[in-house]
Amino acid sequence: MQFGLQAYLVVGAVLFVCGLVCMATKRNGIGVLMGVELVLNGANLNFVAFSRYTSLGLDAQIFSLFVIVLAAAEAAVALAIALNFYNNHLTIDVDRANKLKG
Amino acid sequence: MNEPLIDGPSILFLIFAAITCLSAVAVVVSQTVVRMAFWLVLSLGSAAALFFLADADFVGAAQLLIYVGGTLVLLVFGVMLTASGPYLKIATSPGETILGAAVALLFMFVVFSAVSGVEWPTDNLTRSVAFNPAGNTLRPLGLSLLGTRPDQDLPDSDQLSPGYLLPFEIVSVHLLVVLIGAAYLARAKRRSAI
Repeated sequence: MQFGLQAYLVVGAVLFVCGLVCMATKRNGIGVLMGVELVLNGANLNFVAFSRYTSLGLDAQIFSLFVIVLAAAEAAVALAIALNFYNNHLTIDVDRANKLKG
Repeated sequence: MNEPLIDGPSILFLIFAAITCLSAVAVVVSQTVVRMAFWLVLSLGSAAALFFLADADFVGAAQLLIYVGGTLVLLVFGVMLTASGPYLKIATSPGETILGAAVALLFMFVVFSAVSGVEWPTDNLTRSVAFNPAGNTLRPLGLSLLGTRPDQDLPDSDQLSPGYLLPFEIVSVHLLVVLIGAAYLARAKRRSAI
């Protein structure tokens, strides 16, 4: 019994859905960031699986490297924003960020 | 007929896929943010193991180094700097939890049916000869980031295949700018204006 492309795609789909639900339901700002990481990781898993099982080859692995680097950059900026938000509001609850609500 | 029912890499794939999926679900379910960080470490680490199983050794190593070693440490520092108590809980109401679970199951069903409904082309044999499929991707990855793709060169042509030099430079400068900006944003405020 061998696991092919389909199995990797299923794992990537589970990661994607978990990350999306994490982003949508968590009220902690850091939790929302963790959801973003899960989504990006699911996409990375799909890239690597396509690199292994289709003729996409090395390009997919290079793209997943770029995704990893950009995710690190995104985490740094988002954490800086979260720290600023905490300094101003003394909480990390994203539901309290309603200053711009019309 | 002495072939075993399931071979070693498949067993490893099953184990690591189960750890990845269950830890991702645990990230969603757990309430305190410290436990979420722990489950995220487990999920990302076993995803790196899945990368190794899919012959992407450099990407798996980069995942372990950057994600598990760097980004998660950053997230844990964020947790430490923003928690007002040892176990900060910001709970959602039960109605929101039920609604979220229902939407999640529905969306997972949609994605699964989409994934299983497509006949994916798996032309593993048309891959070029110079690209060694059994791991060992460090050399072609480094060459392609330097701008040449010897695994994509046509045999009877003088032209070199273009690589990823320009995106590599852009991403490097982007990372530098982003880190300087993050340090500027997160700096300690002066108490009194000059």
